[in-house]
Amino acid sequence: MKGERHTPPRWMDWLIELYCRRDKLEDLQGDLHEYYARNVKKSRFRADLIFLLDVIKFCRLYTIRKPKILGQMTFFNLLGNYFKTSVRSLARNKLFSAINIIGLSISMSIGILMITYINQLLSYDDFHENKEIVFKVYSTYTSVEDGDNIELASNSVFMADKLKEDYPGIADVLIMQGWATKDFTYDEKTLQLEGKFASEQFFDFFSFKLLSGDPKTALKEPYSVVLTETAAEKYFLDEDPVGRIFQSGEDTYTITGLMEDPPSNNHLGTFEMLESFSTQRSKQKDNKGFGSWGNLWSYHVYIMMDEVTDASTAQGYLDQISLTKNAEVERYDINYHLIQLDDLVPGNGESNNIGPYINWGDIYKLIALTVIIIASACFNYTNLSIARSLRRAKEVGIRKVVGASYQQVFIQFLFEATLISLIALVIAYGMYLLIKPEFIRQVIDSEGVALDFRLQHVPLYLLFTIGIGLFAGFVPALILSRLKAISILKDATKLKLFKGLTMRKVLIVFQFSISMALIISATISYRQYLFSVHYDLGFNTDNVLNIDLHDTNVDVELLRTEFEKIPEVQNISISSMLPATQTMHMTEIVYKEDSLSVFYNKVDMNYLDIHEIAFAAGGTFPLKKSIGDSSGYIVIDEVLCEKLGFQNPADALGAVIDYSGSNYTLEVSGVMKDYQYTDLQNELGATAFIQRFEDRVYYMNLLINTSDIIGLMDKLEGAWRTVDPVHSFKAEFYEVQVQESYADYKTMFRLFTFLALIAISICSLGLLGIVVFTTETRIKEISVRKVLGATDKNLIYLLSRSFIAMLLVSALIAIPFSYYLFDEYVLVDFRERISIGVMELLPGVAIIVLIAFITISWQTLKAAKTNPADMLRDE
Amino acid sequence: MKGTNLGEFEEIVLLTIASLMTEAYSVNIVDEIADVTGRKTKLGVVHSVLNRLEDKGLIASELGEPTKERGGRRKRFFQITHTGKVALMKAKEQRDKLWGNIPELVFQGIR
Repeated sequence: MKGERHTPPRWMDWLIELYCRRDKLEDLQGDLHEYYARNVKKSRFRADLIFLLDVIKFCRLYTIRKPKILGQMTFFNLLGNYFKTSVRSLARNKLFSAINIIGLSISMSIGILMITYINQLLSYDDFHENKEIVFKVYSTYTSVEDGDNIELASNSVFMADKLKEDYPGIADVLIMQGWATKDFTYDEKTLQLEGKFASEQFFDFFSFKLLSGDPKTALKEPYSVVLTETAAEKYFLDEDPVGRIFQSGEDTYTITGLMEDPPSNNHLGTFEMLESFSTQRSKQKDNKGFGSWGNLWSYHVYIMMDEVTDASTAQGYLDQISLTKNAEVERYDINYHLIQLDDLVPGNGESNNIGPYINWGDIYKLIALTVIIIASACFNYTNLSIARSLRRAKEVGIRKVVGASYQQVFIQFLFEATLISLIALVIAYGMYLLIKPEFIRQVIDSEGVALDFRLQHVPLYLLFTIGIGLFAGFVPALILSRLKAISILKDATKLKLFKGLTMRKVLIVFQFSISMALIISATISYRQYLFSVHYDLGFNTDNVLNIDLHDTNVDVELLRTEFEKIPEVQNISISSMLPATQTMHMTEIVYKEDSLSVFYNKVDMNYLDIHEIAFAAGGTFPLKKSIGDSSGYIVIDEVLCEKLGFQNPADALGAVIDYSGSNYTLEVSGVMKDYQYTDLQNELGATAFIQRFEDRVYYMNLLINTSDIIGLMDKLEGAWRTVDPVHSFKAEFYEVQVQESYADYKTMFRLFTFLALIAISICSLGLLGIVVFTTETRIKEISVRKVLGATDKNLIYLLSRSFIAMLLVSALIAIPFSYYLFDEYVLVDFRERISIGVMELLPGVAIIVLIAFITISWQTLKAAKTNPADMLRDE
Repeated sequence: MKGTNLGEFEEIVLLTIASLMTEAYSVNIVDEIADVTGRKTKLGVVHSVLNRLEDKGLIASELGEPTKERGGRRKRFFQITHTGKVALMKAKEQRDKLWGNIPELVFQGIR
């Protein structure tokens, strides 16, 4: 029986080794092996079995290894002692304890915030039963012309249908669309409901609970809606809404289901109703573009795998489709990839998300900043503990003489650090509750992130706290536990405790560099924000009030007449979007059979006047057009003028351009000078103002002249009410809207300022502690110097010299670092940006130096002012 | 008092160890008991008895040389100590005494 095993299975041996006493193990195991060798000749199975039974049978009192209870007992006995000494040491040095605890709790409050936030993000879509087999199909749009990739969370109706029809391995396909918000009337009550389109597979794919109605068919028929409880309550209170009829404009909808309100941690975000996607299909029947392959900007496709199909097979299908389709189109390529349902949030920066938009990049940045802040607070603890370790050295010496091992002393000081961090946790949690609402509003700025308390957070918080304690206490514990009892007790003053001096300096320099870098970052972000907001847009926004008409079906002409009655309103125009607010509308135009992509704004005649657009040639639309006309005018910018092939702007006048996809022709009436269509972060493309020819209007722009803005707003709102009593009146000044489009930089500024404040307070506390310690230990030296004739000035210089040097080193690190970071990474997005100069870099450094200097001089002055007689008389 | 007298099986094990001289280790003892008395004993039982006897100081043990069949592990060889010898002698003495006290006719009457 060569090649076969003649020894018992390894795990059985392992089992006996596990329990058996070392002194009994060898011969017992040997005996069993001997028996095994006998038995195995007959049958291996039987031998194995006997061996196993023997192993179990030999587990007796006299063979079992005695657990090392003794060692652990000492630890638990000493625990009380450690606790007592820690508390005493805390109470003896109130200042240092306060500095440590406050510093740690400030930074830990941010840590708790991050833990809660990230925990919430990771819990997104975890409640769906099918989260393992449901995938969303994401798309990548690549323009052949410039090779740019656009990553999209959206997809096309074409893909949904193709996957469902041609690929049987895919169990089912769900198609959704984000924006189904509309007004519904029931029993003379009209309300606007926020909603999404979904096909009938919705309740199969997702585990949202349908309280009433049939989950299989609720979203099948056109003009069906499913309400959430919140929405249903608005209309029907507690009655079951299923079967009732809603009116929305011309259309009649049937309520086919009532669902629970969606939980906040789902990737669709909040919604009040779902409308059957078949409604979209029947409405868009005649729209050729609806089911086209390239129309991938507003639909969302999910697929469910069957038992045999896995993600890589499905990916194969997707690649197959894009391969054949990409061959048909020249201008762009579209590729697809799959993301599993519970991995959708946080995303990787895709556009066109159906719900809240949070991406990993931002989270990593937040985590990095948090780690830096927390490390800074831990360094405080490390620094102060090392500095003060001389005072604890005697205790360590006694402990060691009495018999404490190196490990025991090490554990004692780790225990002490953990105790402090646990105390800090309590304070930190209070602080966390204070900063939470502000954080949600300013930084997350996304619906559906509530940061509610969950029980599962408690162990995370504790783990985090213990981790902080261990991290902060590691170095002091190491240094103290390495001390030799004999040298401590012989002459404590000769101890080489200051080996850690260089490290302490490095840590302080680190803390200050961080604070300076943060404050410089805050300054730069704020300056860029101001610069962007005040940048010359190339058109007038003063006194322009924009009325938002999205989601209303207001009669524009009626509204215009009403507004015209108000004397303060000087002029009224209409536009499809607002330039310089980060929105962009794009279309195709055809000139001499060349088609071009153009960013456009559909406006009326007055628009160009109100906004005082400057022309390089020609002028505004010469004629007013009404809806239904087959031709109109267009005003192009200089970039487009050049792209169309005109040498001079004047040459372009009178050229006739086709508006792609319609019979509408456009005659160039003017060429305008460059202006801001989008924001400073995006490249200027070819843009045009197209005369409005269809009945879709999103904004009304009023040029007003009044000193009583509040009074005027009331009048405008009154006029609005007479035309549209259902929807709320939404008006904002153009200038404010432009500012809001740079809100990211404002948020960045606020975040940096907030973190800078925290970092500064932590490092100032640490500095204070170190300065207090140094002056205390050197007080005799100071007194002697004073007796010998040193002046206060000399002494302050002597004491603060090394600290000032450290500050300068920090500045030398922080300035180039933040300069490089912003110059190379942050501000590169901007087409027009500030140059980072002395005014951006120095104020931050100056503030930190000032704060540090106040801290230092406060203590050194106190030391220098002490009466030497008080200090020296006992010598 | 428990522990001052040998149990029946303890006695057999002790006698076996004595008879095996330098070759007395657990497996051998089990085999020997089986050969001589025909009793099939379990290793576990012998092991615990050996352990008990060693605790009482009736036998002493030392480890021998590693052998291949035991996966390179050493055998533990047992030897009778002086106390062990005394205990065995005492047991034998007691029995001899009892045997001597029995009149022959007692056995004759039993068939």
